[in-house]
Amino acid sequence: MAEFLINSAGLPEWLAWTITAVVAAVLILNVIAGGALVFIWAERKIAARIQDRLGPTRTGGRFGWLQSLADGIKLLAKEDLMPEGADGMLFRLAPYVSFCASFCAFIALPFAFDFVGQRLNVGVFFVVAVLGLEVFGVILAGYASASKWSLFGAMREAAQVVSYEVPLGMCVVVPVMLAGSMDLVTIAEKQAGWFTNWYLFHDPFTFVIFWVYVTCAVASVNRAPFDLAEAESELVAGFHTEYSGLRWSYFFMAEYGSMFLVSALAAVLFMGGWNGPIPVAKLLGLSAGTGDTAGYFVRLLGMANLLGKATLGVLVMMWVRWTLPRLRIDQVMTTCLKYCTPLAAAMFAGVMVWQLALPGGIVRGLSRPAGEVREGWLEGPGGKAASRPAADAAQKVAEVAR
Amino acid sequence: MSGILATFGAVTLPLAALNWHSFFFVLFAAVACACAIAVVLADNVVRMALYLVLSLGATAGLFFLAGAEFVGAMQLMIYVGGTLVLLVFGVMLTAQAPFVSIKTTTGDRVLAGVVGAALLAVLLQSAFSVPAWRQPAAGTVAAPAATPVGMALLGVRVDEPAAGSPQGAVRSGYLLPFEIVSVHLLVVLVGAAYLARAKKRKTPRAIEVAASVEPPASVAEHAAVGRGAGRATSVLSGGRS
Amino acid sequence: MSGGLLGQVAAVPLFASLLTEPVSVAHYLVVGAILFAAGIVCMAVKRNALGVLMGIELVLNGANVNFVAFASPYLQGEGARGLGIDGQVIALFVILLAAAEAAVALAITLNFYNNHATVDIDRADDLKG
Repeated sequence: MAEFLINSAGLPEWLAWTITAVVAAVLILNVIAGGALVFIWAERKIAARIQDRLGPTRTGGRFGWLQSLADGIKLLAKEDLMPEGADGMLFRLAPYVSFCASFCAFIALPFAFDFVGQRLNVGVFFVVAVLGLEVFGVILAGYASASKWSLFGAMREAAQVVSYEVPLGMCVVVPVMLAGSMDLVTIAEKQAGWFTNWYLFHDPFTFVIFWVYVTCAVASVNRAPFDLAEAESELVAGFHTEYSGLRWSYFFMAEYGSMFLVSALAAVLFMGGWNGPIPVAKLLGLSAGTGDTAGYFVRLLGMANLLGKATLGVLVMMWVRWTLPRLRIDQVMTTCLKYCTPLAAAMFAGVMVWQLALPGGIVRGLSRPAGEVREGWLEGPGGKAASRPAADAAQKVAEVAR
Repeated sequence: MSGILATFGAVTLPLAALNWHSFFFVLFAAVACACAIAVVLADNVVRMALYLVLSLGATAGLFFLAGAEFVGAMQLMIYVGGTLVLLVFGVMLTAQAPFVSIKTTTGDRVLAGVVGAALLAVLLQSAFSVPAWRQPAAGTVAAPAATPVGMALLGVRVDEPAAGSPQGAVRSGYLLPFEIVSVHLLVVLVGAAYLARAKKRKTPRAIEVAASVEPPASVAEHAAVGRGAGRATSVLSGGRS
Repeated sequence: MSGGLLGQVAAVPLFASLLTEPVSVAHYLVVGAILFAAGIVCMAVKRNALGVLMGIELVLNGANVNFVAFASPYLQGEGARGLGIDGQVIALFVILLAAAEAAVALAITLNFYNNHATVDIDRADDLKG
């Protein structure tokens, strides 16, 4: 786009780049804000159905689909309260810290072949790391509110998030190991083709570790049954007890933003990203590499795929929320440290052994040949020549291992 | 008036020649330094933690700008997301009114300030002393991937093969330090868990009370899981145990 | 007023050159030096044990900035060979060891807090004869 603006519209370079960056930022912001509107409505309807109610029915027609917008307007008009003993600066800052962390993680998330804010070669770790920063907003809110309920909520959140980062990191490393890259775009590209190429179906270990990832992801974004930070049955509303109005809605948007993000990350890491279960575009003879209308159509199709998968993930989280009862804090910790972490470690080792023995994947006929996956992996910046000794050494290591 | 116009002119003119790399460097560097100084000046320990988070986050941005993306992501993940959350956790466990801000005497401040300024002067002098370091970059270089770093940690140097030997002899990497660090981390994990464990201090009186009052099932179970975790656990569980 | 404006005008070219010139290693070294000095002062000034710990983190971070700067291919002048990958790997080790150090220091602090009901390190004088 920047090239287009410079070449066709004749804008100066700095202005073109700025406009490009702003457009990308606004698009991502719309994904979060628009997503939150839709998901809040969906959550109300789903919760109602699960509890045998109707949910919103009046605002905006038969299905109440304008309900979240009406809620938003109400929140805008609401009085913004701050408790007397609160630490003003931190209290005001906390919601934005949460929201910014959630927003920044979207930068490295690829929506389609080249629909990505900034392609990073350590994309996976960037997303997980930035998502982990969201906890700071919660901790600051809990401390600054000068309320014991908020503080308890924040303490629980801190303990929970730090603990769950360990198994989450292990789960995330598995697709990285299979793809030989930490770039989210590359990881998704490696899973192109039929759905048997998805890492979810790569081998039994990846299938198990996907569910470990789901558990840890739900816990790390603080959703029920792991929402101890805002356990309303014991802590009033947890860390956002004292928040109201617009600031509260920022917390809410951050929560829905990160729910969508971990779902999209699961889609990219385990379910082929923008590659659908059936390679429709490829069967039609279209390719994403071309810059013409066909390529654009392929990308839109890919984006629809990814958004669909991510939405599916969010809906599953809602289903879980309204089905399972909340755990106690010690049960949350036990789940993480006694079950998720050892399971993730064992599956990680299993995938390693599998990769050594059967590198091709579970369905040999439908997936790519073994050699192709690792091609170019050992190339350093020096290119082929420099990588020779390294490749030899790696081969020796592999022989010793056999 | 003309002065203001000149200022505006000087600001707007170089905008076209703006080096975005330098622009973001200045942005991140300013945040990192300002927040580092704010850590020193702040009295409230929670605010210090916030400034430290901002400072280290901006430093991660500097790492990204320097092409060390893996180090930057690790800084965000381990340092900011792990270590500092732990630190804030510690702050909250000990954040009772008298300890949130412990004042330092003015004499100490002045003395430390003088020492710090002297140190800074020496460091800055040495930073500018080597001409090669002040030479700006020669242009764009191929972006380094994270792969060489990972291979170096595995003991294989992809980036620079040993001179004079085309095959076989590879310059040794960092496999041994890597293993040492991993064992070290394990030892630290065990050690920290042992240290932080609150000693059971049961006086005869406390045992009597515990024996006479039958605790409800959930509390007993909770006590069994977090046995003797003391203060930390009781805060976590909302003071139920 | 004119003095202020003059100062502004004099400062603008320096700032502008900072924004238009490519960044060199020395730029990073300055940032590292400031972080390092701030960390040292923080360690000396704070009486809260956790404040001292934050100072240590700043110092380690300042050192890390230098390692990464010397390792970076973007910042080296022509013909200069930096640390290459070594710098990045050392920075990684520093980050890991800082995490370990923080865990132990935090455990010690909590133990101290449990025994003395304070985190003021001036009160940690049990070993004074």
